[in-house]
Amino acid sequence: MSVNYGSKRVVVGAHYGLRDWLAQRVTAVLMALFTVLLLAQVVFTKGPIGYDLWAGIFAAQWMKVLTFTVIISLAYHAWVGVRDIWMDYVKPVAIRLILQVFSIVWLVGCAGWAVQVLWRL
Amino acid sequence: MTEIAKQRPEFRNINAITDLTTYRLPPAGWVSILHRVSGAILFLLLPFIIWLFDTSVTSEISFARFSSAFGAGLGFVPGWFVKLVALALIWAYLHHFVAGVRHLYMDATHSVTKEFGRSSAIVTLVLGVGLTAVLGAKLFGLY
Repeated sequence: MSVNYGSKRVVVGAHYGLRDWLAQRVTAVLMALFTVLLLAQVVFTKGPIGYDLWAGIFAAQWMKVLTFTVIISLAYHAWVGVRDIWMDYVKPVAIRLILQVFSIVWLVGCAGWAVQVLWRL
Repeated sequence: MTEIAKQRPEFRNINAITDLTTYRLPPAGWVSILHRVSGAILFLLLPFIIWLFDTSVTSEISFARFSSAFGAGLGFVPGWFVKLVALALIWAYLHHFVAGVRHLYMDATHSVTKEFGRSSAIVTLVLGVGLTAVLGAKLFGLY
């Protein structure tokens, strides 16, 4: 076992497995239910789907709140998954840290954009 | 150590070019690595996904821009290429979804036998590709 504490501590590891494992599954269930709910509304529509119908789905306040929750869930879920990829394949700590910072910026930026789109409707 | 044990190949440091090409993964292995690949695709294409959401819901004018992206194209990108990227997104989402439900089912019911791992992996791969074909045919206007 290599020394990985004190000054040799790995600063970009996970070491909180259960919490993120559970969070990834809870967010997955939320997103899966949302997907089914959204698809059902689209599939059971007769004829072509125009702007009014599509935008109308996101018009209700409860749907906005639900979509907001899904956006945040997606960011957290993707963070756990993408960090797993970096931890598995990228060994140099400096590059891994840079990639993890990039992932956070990428996900937070995307989440912010999606929330803006959602709440100006 | 016996002769047979000595001849076993060891993969202590996997080389992406010489070793990975000779790997023969079981179906569950394909589901696993494709779960990761599809997740990475969705992560990298997240801005495109939000762009689709943005243009499709913001206004009637932006909705027209959204629709024409799949026909006339998007800037210098032709429409067929936008459709191809959308198809990749559809597969990535479906595979990630089905593989995720498989994970949750296995977690909840402790279905961890070798047989279930194999059969559910095949179902996952077929569902992912099959549903993509159905939706892809719609995307490319076959029905």
